[in-house]
Amino acid sequence: MIKVENITHIYEKGLPDEAVALDDVSFTIEDGSFTGIIGHTGSGKSTLLQHLNGLLKPDSGHIFVGGTDITDKKTDMLAIRRKVGLVFQYPEYQLFEETVASDVAFGPKNLGLTDEEVRLRVEEALHLVGLDIAEFGDKSPFELSGGQKRRVAIAGVVAMRPEVLILDEPTAGLDPQTHRDILDMISEIHRKQRNITILVSHNMNDVANLCDHVLVINKGKLVMDGTPEEVFAKADELSEMGLSAPPAAEFLRSLKKRGVNIENIPLSAEAAAEEIIKALSRG
Amino acid sequence: MIRDITLGQYFQGNSPIHRLDPRTKIIATILYIVILFVAQNALGMAIAAAALITVVAMSKVPVSFILRGVKPIFIIIIFTFLLNLFMIPGEPLCSIGPLTITHESLRRASFLATRLILLIFGASLLTLTTKPIGLTDGIEKMLSPLRKIGVPAHEIAMMMTIALRFIPTLLEETDKIMKAQQARGADFETGSLLKRAKSLIPIMVPLFISSFRIAQDLAMAMEARCYRGGEGRTRMNAMQMGRLDAAAFAAQAVFAALIIVIGH
Repeated sequence: MIKVENITHIYEKGLPDEAVALDDVSFTIEDGSFTGIIGHTGSGKSTLLQHLNGLLKPDSGHIFVGGTDITDKKTDMLAIRRKVGLVFQYPEYQLFEETVASDVAFGPKNLGLTDEEVRLRVEEALHLVGLDIAEFGDKSPFELSGGQKRRVAIAGVVAMRPEVLILDEPTAGLDPQTHRDILDMISEIHRKQRNITILVSHNMNDVANLCDHVLVINKGKLVMDGTPEEVFAKADELSEMGLSAPPAAEFLRSLKKRGVNIENIPLSAEAAAEEIIKALSRG
Repeated sequence: MIRDITLGQYFQGNSPIHRLDPRTKIIATILYIVILFVAQNALGMAIAAAALITVVAMSKVPVSFILRGVKPIFIIIIFTFLLNLFMIPGEPLCSIGPLTITHESLRRASFLATRLILLIFGASLLTLTTKPIGLTDGIEKMLSPLRKIGVPAHEIAMMMTIALRFIPTLLEETDKIMKAQQARGADFETGSLLKRAKSLIPIMVPLFISSFRIAQDLAMAMEARCYRGGEGRTRMNAMQMGRLDAAAFAAQAVFAALIIVIGH
């Protein structure tokens, strides 16, 4: 379980360009949850993620991951990294090793595992991201395609077997097919490892489809916290923040506004189609 | 940590110092540095310091902001000061163990330290009050007479502009890569020197690749906008010296004369 209590973070404190990035943010994420975080660019999402991984320390407040206070200065950083894995945006830019296998091994090695254990972790992680170790293990990561590079980079974090896996826009800049593949892979990892997965995305459809819990950040403040149904029901508030509900829900809402007899507003395209059929049969 | 580097940064402002022509400021900075080495006595140093304090006050750049940028250099200054203090022979003043401080060494060391501090403050004031683009435009203009003897003035200036422009980008990139590797458990702070040097590989390799990618994108973007070197280019904001610059030159002349007459 992740418990965030009243964290505040101020950049450039005491200087003319001081900026409050996070303002008294509190929330709880249950074990096994797949949580989505949405917010406009510059809302403080990235700052929040880096706090969850201990890369940034809050100016005030506490973060507990599975009972450990990761904001405490005495807490071992490596222990936090073992608990929380963070995949940054465009993670393929962090690849540096000569072969795929040794790049994925970087994280587990830093955890101080034995060679044998590292080898097992690499194999497991590459398998989880859908890359065959026999085919890709000895290749240079720089000769792979964009989607494959991203899989390798995600494997590099998955290999550390974190209890919490955080992904910051893991599908940014990918083509639609690779986009779907990467998301399928992420939910597969979530299902197999039973970890907490936190997904930051600008794609409301993805958030509605995958997540059971959604947090909305606006201007450094947590403004909504609930199930996708609860959050996306507040479409007007979301649009004020430069966000929206998933396209299917937005479509039903505009039909309703034009007088079509719609009762419920589901989030997925399939459910929306059924709702339209029902509305039409009602006349 | 990386955010604290302000050397070569611009501080937004609209003071008379900010409004001076970049060429005036470049010449003034060079003159100031030369004068610092002309000044040989305490009075000369005091005049030089007073002149700098006046200009800093006029520029309205907070002293704390300048200090933040030059902090790493203070270690070098202290080191130079101590080295001079104990190494110059002369009439002994006092001694600590095997080390002896002499009248001569105390004088030389404190002069050197003051000179260095004033020099760094003066030079950083130039970049703090001049936009990088103004700075390179100024250099290009000042170098352009040398084009006749084959100095590629425009290309030098363009290279400097690009280098200055990409310092913050590369710092940001470094910060991002460092964080990404830290998230994978990399440790840059502890261990032996060799281990720490090795731990830089996961930063340097991605950083090099990023730099090449950025350079390629930039080259393409420049070509897409028909860049083809300096020949026949005109400026949107043509530089023009005005009354303010005349006043600045007059002030510099008085300052230089003062130092040469009393401070030499």
